[in-house]
Amino acid sequence: MNAPVILDRRSVLAGSGALIVSFSLGRALAQEKAATPAPSLPASLKTSPYLDSWIRIDANGAITVFTGKAELGQGFKTAFQQIAAEQLDVPFASLKVITADTGLTANEGYTSGSHSMQDSGTAILHAAAQARALLLAEAAKRLDLPAETLRTDNGAVVAADGRRLGYGELVASDLLHTQAQPESPLKDPATFKVMGQSVPRVDIPAKVTGGAAYIQDMRLPGMVHARIVRPPSYGAQLVECDAAAVEKMPGVLKVIRDGNFLAVLATREFQAIKAMRALAGGSKWQENAKLPKQDELPTMLMALPSHDSTIFQRSDPSATGLRTIEASYTRPYQSHGSIGPSCAVAHFVDGKMTVWSHTQGVYPDRQAIAEMLRMPLGDVRVIHVEGSGCYGHNGADDAAGDAALIARGMPDTPVRVQWMREEEHAWEPFGPAMMTKLKASLDGNGKIADWHFEVWSNTHSMRPGGAGCLLAAQHMAQAIPVPPAKPLPLPEGGGDRNAIPIYTFPNAHVVHHFLPDMPVRISAMRALGAYHNVFSIESFMDELSTLAGADPVEFRLKHLDDPRGRDVIAKAAEGFGWLKGQTAPRDRGFGFAFARYKNLAAYCAIATEVEVNRETGRVRLVRAVAAVDSGQVVNPDGLVNQIEGSIVQSTSWTLYESVSFDDTRITSIDWQTYPILRFDAVPDSIDVHIINRPGLPFLGSGETGQGPAAASIANAIANATGKRLRDLPLSRKRIKDAIDA
Amino acid sequence: MTTLKVNGQEHQIEADADTPLLYVLRDELKLNAAKFGCGLGQCGSCTVIVDGKAVLSCVTPLLLVEGKQITTLEGLGTDEAPAPIQRAFMEEQAAQCGYCIAGMMMRAQALLQRNSKPTDAEIRAELAPHLCRCGTHMRILRAVKRAAHLMDTAELLPANQGSAR
Amino acid sequence: MARSGIIGGVVAALVIAGAVLGVVLVWRPAIAAIDPPSPQSFAPELVKRGRELAALGNCNDCHTVRGGKNFAGGLPVPTPFGTIFSTNITPDAETGIGRWSEGAFRRAMRLGVDRQGRHLYPTFPYDHFTNVTDEDDRALYAYLMTREPVVAAARPNQLRFPFNQRVVIAGWKLLFLHRETYHPDATKSAEWNRGAYLVEGLAHCGACHTPRNALGAERTKVAFSGGEADDWSAYAINTKSPAPVAWDADALDFYLRNGWHPDHGTARGPMAQVVKNLAAVPASDVHAIAVYMADVFGVPHAARDRAAVVAEARSGVGRAPDSEGAAIFAAACASCHDSGRPPPYGGINLALSSAPSAPDPRNLVNIVLAGVRPVEGERSPIMPGFAGTMNDQQIAVLVNYLRSRFTSQPPWGGFEKTIEEARRTQTAYLTTSAAPTSAPASATQRDKP
Repeated sequence: MNAPVILDRRSVLAGSGALIVSFSLGRALAQEKAATPAPSLPASLKTSPYLDSWIRIDANGAITVFTGKAELGQGFKTAFQQIAAEQLDVPFASLKVITADTGLTANEGYTSGSHSMQDSGTAILHAAAQARALLLAEAAKRLDLPAETLRTDNGAVVAADGRRLGYGELVASDLLHTQAQPESPLKDPATFKVMGQSVPRVDIPAKVTGGAAYIQDMRLPGMVHARIVRPPSYGAQLVECDAAAVEKMPGVLKVIRDGNFLAVLATREFQAIKAMRALAGGSKWQENAKLPKQDELPTMLMALPSHDSTIFQRSDPSATGLRTIEASYTRPYQSHGSIGPSCAVAHFVDGKMTVWSHTQGVYPDRQAIAEMLRMPLGDVRVIHVEGSGCYGHNGADDAAGDAALIARGMPDTPVRVQWMREEEHAWEPFGPAMMTKLKASLDGNGKIADWHFEVWSNTHSMRPGGAGCLLAAQHMAQAIPVPPAKPLPLPEGGGDRNAIPIYTFPNAHVVHHFLPDMPVRISAMRALGAYHNVFSIESFMDELSTLAGADPVEFRLKHLDDPRGRDVIAKAAEGFGWLKGQTAPRDRGFGFAFARYKNLAAYCAIATEVEVNRETGRVRLVRAVAAVDSGQVVNPDGLVNQIEGSIVQSTSWTLYESVSFDDTRITSIDWQTYPILRFDAVPDSIDVHIINRPGLPFLGSGETGQGPAAASIANAIANATGKRLRDLPLSRKRIKDAIDA
Repeated sequence: MTTLKVNGQEHQIEADADTPLLYVLRDELKLNAAKFGCGLGQCGSCTVIVDGKAVLSCVTPLLLVEGKQITTLEGLGTDEAPAPIQRAFMEEQAAQCGYCIAGMMMRAQALLQRNSKPTDAEIRAELAPHLCRCGTHMRILRAVKRAAHLMDTAELLPANQGSAR
Repeated sequence: MARSGIIGGVVAALVIAGAVLGVVLVWRPAIAAIDPPSPQSFAPELVKRGRELAALGNCNDCHTVRGGKNFAGGLPVPTPFGTIFSTNITPDAETGIGRWSEGAFRRAMRLGVDRQGRHLYPTFPYDHFTNVTDEDDRALYAYLMTREPVVAAARPNQLRFPFNQRVVIAGWKLLFLHRETYHPDATKSAEWNRGAYLVEGLAHCGACHTPRNALGAERTKVAFSGGEADDWSAYAINTKSPAPVAWDADALDFYLRNGWHPDHGTARGPMAQVVKNLAAVPASDVHAIAVYMADVFGVPHAARDRAAVVAEARSGVGRAPDSEGAAIFAAACASCHDSGRPPPYGGINLALSSAPSAPDPRNLVNIVLAGVRPVEGERSPIMPGFAGTMNDQQIAVLVNYLRSRFTSQPPWGGFEKTIEEARRTQTAYLTTSAAPTSAPASATQRDKP
């Protein structure tokens, strides 16, 4: 059973070997001050170079793998376990993986950007391989045999004469408390026994039998329940509330008011809910928010002050365009829409704050909470416990801040904060609205001669680090202002993520209009700007291929040099049965799209078939076929699961979703007002073809499908109806209006 | 004091009659499977079985279920001895974050108890009240099919299957 | 015995007389088949107008099976005489109306006769469509003839003798098909007249909202006094309206365009599809309907304004006993219906809803059992159904409580049968059909208490 990990350093130390002492002391120090950066080391070993930050072997042979990343339902915990088991030569089941905890694990920043496999997986790969080498060397020393004559097997080093030394026997005090080397003796992929296998996920049994699997399932002794009464709109000021009456309600322990931060604590959960309703009903707020006009988003975005920069420029005067087209594409604000609203537990004891959170970044969240409470960093510990899938920066960090602020006022009592559905929908930071303008020309041979791309966008990360990113800090009396927005730097980028085309065009010009003002609360949502930029580029590629009279797949290949990209395009087309000159059956359409996420992570091509009801405008995704190259594959089924999910989620974003608001309030506050895809609309089939690249680096794949799925569907709708839709979502009404026009 | 029959056991519950069943299951009986998703009957995460029917426990007050047979996912089987529906979801790896899954499994279980061979369309229609945000739908559909097959072919159900009625 | 013999004789005489008369009256010639016209032969403007008219006429609702091809027919329509299946009105040459000339189409609308000369059952509401002008018939024809042709042969009707004899329809028409039931009223405004033309004609509101006689014809003398549709009561929409707050033209206009109104709640059941279609109709036509219908609603028995109704419900003096029903309401219903969040996404204050005030509890029982299903991918109200949660006794207790708490009407007597029937006809919240229902047209309404 996967109970939420509530380890403290003491319990980790108990019952383990001498190695741990140096681990804990050395590591704790390493985290606070950050070890000497080692830029030559692979992935996260750069910032956490000690092997025992990643792998720990107890005297009894028990092995623990540490990652600073947070399991968010992607299943990487299982993949990490596979990697370590493979490289250490131990049975898969003999390992345990500990995820993000400021008291235990390396600081790997946020679990975001499809970086987990790239950063943490790679670090574990190398740390495990190097640990195995150290164990072999230690055994060689003890047995007085050349290391080359020894092999590892099932958690032991074995000599040719049959003598075995278990890993537990071999670990001396500081064996693994050593800095990693740039090169690792990695195993030959051809000999892999665990990596590359679809090992069942370790977290699923608890999730399907009612085991404690989520932060929502934590029950600390004496724990009390808190609910927040949020302002009705951004920036609203609390004029009055009737705390005294609410405090008389059954079970109510306390009403907390700190400026515009209003919450209630009760012994039982439903008592807290009733008290919250009463408190909300008796509160008066002065509302000041001036939200933009919902249906004038493109105009609003273009009118905001912007910092403009050309992020890509290529010219070849010899290529000249003859036929030019241009188009604009828009994306609305969209919600993460986690099924489980955010939750956190905080416990304030002896001046030390412990917060359990489903945050994506325990270290940055700790920093924000410490700053908000004006506590020393070392007195705050944030421990990741899995929550409902988040797909980016949802309410998790805010809930952690809420819990900490409330718990400080209730010393020695564990406080559980559970957000309500309406709260999550209204207050989570949304995926930003965006706008792109494209213009391109074809030469006489139907090739793209020049390409212009402009994108208008807010930043795509207002994650904590600074306390001003937490709602509680913004709302409390000594409010901490929201820090100024910064664009995320390239090559990964934020609003300009995937804005630079992967295709080879002789002339290309890409401009990023970064918009610092944020009329609506926004932050990181799966794929960031890549979702809209890939939607725009890949839709426009189809418009150009139509202009050229070319087949969309052939047209893409004609402009793409990257061989791995060409391979996934070919694979998806083949799997789909894509034929040049094909005609879809009546009311159906075929679409194709491709991208390499961030132009440096996984490659993904998606072909789709849709059905359009011409009378109602309703679209149904009939089937999707994807091909993906994410380098060396660790768990094929895990990868397939991610891509399948990506396609279904992107279908929902693309066809249905937009945050709604009036002049002051967010009005999409539940599943009535923010509908997402239900089973009615699930496609008949999704096939995912993996192109495995044994021995090549892991490429993040959790977000690579979002953009291609959107464009593929838009292209299929255009194929079915002859109408090009450029404004997300491609709603039933928009499609009907386009057909009827 | 309300008497509640959950997973074959009787419990005396001291909670207001208007308390939604969800909070009684989670907080009083410390059962994890039924989840808070919306509290509004819009997402299905809180689904349990009451007298053989799938019910949204977040909008079901305690007073409506007194004396009725309540089954939660915990009542179907365990990690070690999973019920067919649980085995099927494990075998199909039908979860990402998994938060919505327990509710889906309960509705699927209720469906399979009254219709052992549902068509694909019937499964989709049955699961329509349930939301999944990770996009695990294809696997969930396969898992329900597999569960139907497992139930059909199972010679002996695990002993604790009885409480599922 | 003697008596039945006499009756038998009379019937026999009538049958013979009918047969003779039939030769004269029943027989209708076939109209020559044509080659299906090319879609390009219709002016786009005409097709567009036809689309709006088809939406007004709710054609898709009867002529499309849930999840099936548009206008391909096959929907079973249960009647007291058996089941009639709607027909394929796509321009397919063999199974649809592809070989129908405009004249044949117009004759069907006006006289209920198909191209081949067969009488059509009046489930096709030609008793209303007979009022549609030539010009509108032309636009409808253009629209239908430019739809996707679908091969779908009509399903044979399942009717008892003698109703399976189409000759019977001719008799029915003699009695009940009156041409030109709509006459412009010069004393009324043009908009009123436009509304009357639509309501009495294409929109065929009376088909559901007017009670029917034993032979299934509308009792026009008590037009709009309430009828039924698909296991739902269609409320009276005249002075007998059970709405606690009186309908006026503005409220009707808003409701018909958006599918809900703060003083009246949300359209559901068969009306949901109607308002969904009306969202695609020119606002001026919907407004005309509202103006005309406001006149039909007339002045209510007692002036009922919103504030008074709500205040009375809130005070609940003497009508909210501390009972099991009150407890169920407080626990299961109040969190939405007493939350202060306005419709359509907040539950309506039930003092404003017609359902508890209606002459029978059918709609109330339907909605408590089945709830309101979300529309795939569109902002739409959701209400969980309680079919799985409440047993019949609990439903009855709750329904009785709602009646006493929110209305001043006498209690409904024994409605066990209604509950039993509703359990059969109303699929519990989202449990069987994958069909999309309807969304209110405008859903991003300001959502403040």
